Amino acid sequence: MTVKFALRAVALTVVGLFFLFPLFWVVLMSFMSNADILRNPPSPFFSPTLHNYIALVSGELHTNVGTQTVNYMLNLFNSTVLSAFSVILSLILGVPAAYAFARYKFRLGEDMAFTLLSFRFAPPLLVLLPLLMIFQSIGLYDTYFGLVWVYQLITLPLVLWIVRGYFEDVSEDIELAYRLDGHSWLSTFFHISIPLAKPGIAAAALLSFIFAWNNFIFALILGSSGVQPVTVGAFAFVTASAIEYGQVAAALVFSIMPTLVLATFTQRYLVEGLSLGAIKG
Amino acid sequence: MSTSGVASISARPVVRRRHPFLGRALPYLLSMPALLACIGIMVPFAMALWYSLERYNLAFPTTRGFIWFGNYVSLFKDATFWNTVVVSMTYTVLTVGLELLLGLGIALLLWRRSLVTNVLSVALMLPLMVAPAIASMMWKLMTNANFGILSYFVSLLGVHDFKWASAPQSAMFTVVMVDMWVYTPFITILLLAGLRGLPRQPFEAAELDGVPGTFVFFRIMLPMLLPYILTAGLFRMLDSIQQFDIIYSMTQGGPGDTLMDFQVQAYTQAFIFTNIGRASAILMVLWLITYVLSNVFVKNWLRLRERARGGV
Repeated sequence: MTVKFALRAVALTVVGLFFLFPLFWVVLMSFMSNADILRNPPSPFFSPTLHNYIALVSGELHTNVGTQTVNYMLNLFNSTVLSAFSVILSLILGVPAAYAFARYKFRLGEDMAFTLLSFRFAPPLLVLLPLLMIFQSIGLYDTYFGLVWVYQLITLPLVLWIVRGYFEDVSEDIELAYRLDGHSWLSTFFHISIPLAKPGIAAAALLSFIFAWNNFIFALILGSSGVQPVTVGAFAFVTASAIEYGQVAAALVFSIMPTLVLATFTQRYLVEGLSLGAIKG
Repeated sequence: MSTSGVASISARPVVRRRHPFLGRALPYLLSMPALLACIGIMVPFAMALWYSLERYNLAFPTTRGFIWFGNYVSLFKDATFWNTVVVSMTYTVLTVGLELLLGLGIALLLWRRSLVTNVLSVALMLPLMVAPAIASMMWKLMTNANFGILSYFVSLLGVHDFKWASAPQSAMFTVVMVDMWVYTPFITILLLAGLRGLPRQPFEAAELDGVPGTFVFFRIMLPMLLPYILTAGLFRMLDSIQQFDIIYSMTQGGPGDTLMDFQVQAYTQAFIFTNIGRASAILMVLWLITYVLSNVFVKNWLRLRERARGGV
C-alpha cells in the first residue's frame, strides 16, 4: 500500500514537473540578465532584474551590437484589439444564429452549422492563400478589419456550437409564457433567452478570445508588422539575430500572461467549451 | 419537451398571427449574417480549388494557365511530396498515440479527487492556454545548445551535445514533445470528465466480487470510456495532420525537409518558391484527408454531445 502511494506521488510529481517546469523556467529567465542565463551550470538562484521588461516596454533593446528598436507593445495592443473585436463580432453574428439553429428546425440551419464546423477543421492555409490575393486587390491586406473578418473562421464556429447547446436547454415554454404577457419577440429574446444562456455565451466568448489570441498563421500571412499580434511578433523577435535571450523570455511571458490569467480565473467555464459541449461542466 | 396542451395551443396562434411573414422568415433573418460569413468562406475555397488546377507561379505571371490535374500528377510523381506525406503521418501517429496514452494515464492519476489532484487539474489547463507557436519558442529557449536548461539536463544524464530540433535525428522527437506538452492536457481534461461521469455501480460490483484490476480496466472502464477516447483522438488527429504553428516556429520545416508536413510544405511552396498552383494542390490533398476525418469525428462527437445532454 505504501509502495503504491509512493508510486502515485512520484507519478504526480513527474506530471506536474513536465507541464509546469517550462512555464516556471521561462518566467525565471525573463528576470535574468544575459550573464545569468549563459552561466554554466544554470542556477535558479540569481539577483532578479526588471531590465528585460523595461527594455521591452520602452521598445529599446540594448544588444551587444547596438541599440535596436522593437515595438513589441504594439504587438500586444494588436493582439488585444484583434481578439476583442473578433469575439464581439462573433457574438453579434453568432448568438442570433445559434438561437435560430436551436429553436427552429430548418434545413438551411443544419447545413450552415455543419459547413461552418467543417471549415473549423479545414487547413487554414487553403483559404488564406486566395484570401491574400483578394485582400491585396481590395485593400484589406494588413488591416485590422480584414483580420477580424478572417478570425471569424476560428471564433464563429465556437460561438455557434457552444451557445446553441445552451439555447437548446432553455425551455420554449418560458419564452411563450413571457410572450403571452404581451411582450414582443425581440423583448423576449433579450429579456428571457439571452439571460438564460448567459453562462454559455460567457464560455464561448472566453474560449474564442483565447483561441483568437493564440492564433499565429492568419496574421503571419494576411498582415505585416503594423497589425501583427504577439504570436507573430514574438516569432520575428526570436528569429532576429543578436537579441538578448532574457528579452525573448520576457516577450514570451508577456504574450502568454493574459490567456493564462484569464484561464486560471475562469477555468470551470473552459472545460465544457474545450470539449465543444461534449461534456457538461 | 411536451407541454400541457392548453398553454401551447393558446400561445402559438396568438404569437404567430401577429406577423405571419416575419414568423416564417425569422430563422433565416437571424442566421443571415452567419450565412454570409459561410459564403464568404466558400469563395476563397473555390478559388483555391481553381488555383490547384492552374499553372500559377507568381514569379512567372505570363505562363499562368489552366492545366487540369497537372499539379497533382507532378506532385504524385515527386519524392518530396511523398516525404511530406510520411512526415505528416509520422507526426500525427506519434502525437495522437502518445498523447492518448499519457492523457489516459494522467486522467487515471487524477480520477480520485483530493487537494493535490484538484490543484493539478487546474494547473494542467495552463499549457493548453499557451499559443502553440509561443510554446514552441519556449522550448526553443530551453533546448538552446549554449544555455538551454534541457540541454543541461540531458548532459547530466551523460548525453553531451544533444542537438534537439537542429539535428535531423532528433527534430521530430523535439516537436512531438512540444505538441505533447501543449495538447496532452486537452485529452486529459476530456477523459477525466468522461471518467468522472461514469456510473459507479459496475466498479463497486467488481470490487465486491474481487475482480482483478486489469480486468476492470480492460473490460469495464476502457469500453465505457471509448466514446471519449475516440472523440479526443479524432479531434487531435485533425489538428496534428495539419500542424503548422509548432513546426514552423521551431524549425520552419528543417533541418533539410525533415519536418516538412503538409501545411509547412505548402507554405514553403507558396512563399519561398511562389508556386501558388502547387501549394494549392498540396492543400487540396490535405483538405480531402481532413474532410473524411472530420466527418467521422463529427459523427462521434454529436453522439457524445447527445449523451452528455442527457439524450440517450
